Amino acid sequence: MTLLRTLATASVLALAALHSFSPAKAQTPSTLRIGLQEDPDMLDPHKARTFVGRIVFMGLCDRLVDITPELKLVPRLATSWAFSADGLTLTMKLRTDAKFHDGERFDAAAAKANIERAKTLPESLRKSELSSVDTVEAPDPATLVMKLKRPDATLLAALTDRAGMMLSPKSFSGDVSAKPICSGPYKFVERVQNDRIVLEKFKEHWEADKYNFDRIIYRAIPDTTVRLANLRSGELDMLERLAPTDVKSAKADSSLKVESIANLGYQGITINTRNGDAAKQPMGQDKRVRQALSLAIDRKVLSQVVFEGLYEPMNQPFNPGNFYLSSDFPVPERDVAKAKALLKAAGHEKVSVELFVTNNPVDNQLGQVLQAMAQEAGIDIQIRSTEFASQLRDQQQGKFQMSRIGWSGRIDPDGNIHPFVTTGGGQNDGKYSNPEVDRLLNQARTVYDPAERKKLYDAAQKILQDELPIVYLYNQTVFFALRKNLDGFVINPDGMIRLAGLKRS
Amino acid sequence: MITLILRRILIAIPTLFLVSLFVFALQRALPGDPVLVMAGEERDPEVLARLRELYRMNDPLFVQFFAWLGQVVQGDFGRSLRTGEPVLGLILQKLPVTLQLATAAILVAIAIGVPAGILAARRKGTVVDYSTSALALSGLSIPNFWLGIMLILLVSVHLKWLPASGYESIFVHPWAAIERLIMPAFVLGSGLAAFLMRHTRSAMLEVLRSDYVRTARAKGLDEDTVVHRHALRNALVPIITLTTLLFGELLAGAVLTEQVFTIPGFGKLIVDAVFNRDYGVVQGVVLCTAIGFILMNLLADVLYILVNPRLRAA
Repeated sequence: MTLLRTLATASVLALAALHSFSPAKAQTPSTLRIGLQEDPDMLDPHKARTFVGRIVFMGLCDRLVDITPELKLVPRLATSWAFSADGLTLTMKLRTDAKFHDGERFDAAAAKANIERAKTLPESLRKSELSSVDTVEAPDPATLVMKLKRPDATLLAALTDRAGMMLSPKSFSGDVSAKPICSGPYKFVERVQNDRIVLEKFKEHWEADKYNFDRIIYRAIPDTTVRLANLRSGELDMLERLAPTDVKSAKADSSLKVESIANLGYQGITINTRNGDAAKQPMGQDKRVRQALSLAIDRKVLSQVVFEGLYEPMNQPFNPGNFYLSSDFPVPERDVAKAKALLKAAGHEKVSVELFVTNNPVDNQLGQVLQAMAQEAGIDIQIRSTEFASQLRDQQQGKFQMSRIGWSGRIDPDGNIHPFVTTGGGQNDGKYSNPEVDRLLNQARTVYDPAERKKLYDAAQKILQDELPIVYLYNQTVFFALRKNLDGFVINPDGMIRLAGLKRS
Repeated sequence: MITLILRRILIAIPTLFLVSLFVFALQRALPGDPVLVMAGEERDPEVLARLRELYRMNDPLFVQFFAWLGQVVQGDFGRSLRTGEPVLGLILQKLPVTLQLATAAILVAIAIGVPAGILAARRKGTVVDYSTSALALSGLSIPNFWLGIMLILLVSVHLKWLPASGYESIFVHPWAAIERLIMPAFVLGSGLAAFLMRHTRSAMLEVLRSDYVRTARAKGLDEDTVVHRHALRNALVPIITLTTLLFGELLAGAVLTEQVFTIPGFGKLIVDAVFNRDYGVVQGVVLCTAIGFILMNLLADVLYILVNPRLRAA
């Protein structure tokens, strides 16, 4: 016992002694700590795929073009740009005062090397974004010329993201994923997988005076409750993707503030119309059954029940406020009688159909609400709940009737609609096919004038709203929670965290 | 003893082979496509095909397995599909994290469990015995993640005494490390403490009933001496073995505790890797855990012999 007592006393004394020279207490005032929902993947913009990875790239890598919260394209590394009259040449003027983190100068030759790497690297995930680019030329250090195979209205939007991010060409031969050398306002310091990514201010950045923090620490904290608890206890300065269920309590906390905006993507039900045997049932074969399903759903109630009313009901692939949203198709009111009539016209009293949902509490609940609503119209939904990787694979292989799935969204409207509903589209898992939709959406890709483009999307939507290969349900609102003393955050529908102007008051 | 150790090491080789084969087979049996997960929202069939080729996903399974095994034998555990980092590097990065947490948790468990067990045994049938047993039962029944979140809300959010999450190395930032270890070690240790308490109690009861204890008491020794000098030493034999085995189990990762407190250790690594279908990482981590477990088993045997003179002679 005496031994134990001595040990205990010694430990207490040792702890007290350690406390006096504690390094953790000396948190530098200019460190910004951001909580992410998951750990990013490879930090190579040409190979990366995760949403959180893009958030980190915002600090690390400059893009050729940027977007405003209103989705207007604005200069970044490219100061101006123009398409040739035939739409087959894009000429960009580049900054001359930008540098990479290794001290190398950014110029047109470097930009050319990057675009070419993104197009040819075997593991590149940027190939389809840059598929219209035929050749790249650098006639002088401040001019970049891209020759296109076809007019491409989506190209500039792609250059606001990873396809337009610039790595130091000298670093290509190194381990880019582990130690990226870009030209952004912050440079890479270290990464502990599943824990944190640390960036440090790049003092030679052309816009360095707009960045007020010396260090940025991104921490991956997947559990939403724990992430919020860390913000509340002051371990974080801000976090992305606050859960809707936590919005109320975060707003009530006087040390926090909550910012929100409509997300660029969509959420809906993808229906298997032509992919294998699973499509051969009423829901896949008859558009009237799909129309009945859409009418059976009360999108407002769905949002109220599952998302505390914080998500906007939606029936189009674009976010609320988007220029390409068509006023011809307002969110339909629930109409059970009409739904029943449609089923009857299709020759069914009752229809039975299976719905895939991702195995998490929110999606399960969502599935149950849909099930209850559809039931009243005579559509019997069986829920199959599975983990996301399995859902994705089964969906791609056509082993599904309906799948509850969403899309994170793209700046350009094409990214939200073309891959999902055109014949052979990379994301068209239900293998929906309509030559007229293909024609309209392919043409929309080549039209640079937004008003003309919108007409094509409206025309395509007219068909899609009738045939419903995807039943859109709601738009996710993006919530950020910040410590009250953090100022200057400009929220953007792309869900990214731009570090310029952020400061602690 | 040397023969024992050598024999154990020899047995370990087929065990590890079987573990690897089993994990390899299980992972391939999981639904879900690693290439789809890796490509994320990029779904261009051409890109997917190229990635499959790059990661040898088209090879027959046995070719994939032996290719992996061949590399491992040469010390190359491959690279993470998700981040491209070498798996061995990841393991070496996470191992100290988990070791630190496991050690702290075991210390907490011993500090609470053993004295409580002794106390319960000495006061058998009294209020003290029943209340420690009740505490132990609740320690075993309260889920880790719940206790963890409650502690974070109380200690970090409400009282602001300790940081809510994260990891620091005890050798680099000792105080910061201890601050971040207290809660997870307590959460993880409390369940183990209950376990140790139950075992200490029954071991002590057994010993206290034995002849030599009665003799010691008959000699007129005071109760403290009887319990600590005579009884405890013998009762500790099974406890030491048990603790070593528990430690081996902790290496497999205190999955939930690591998730709740965002500690980047083995448990978190393996869970994330399974969800991302990051085959190489799962296999590497499981292999290392198996090695750790085998080592701990061996250590338990060795310790058992060391603390038990009767076996030492044999």
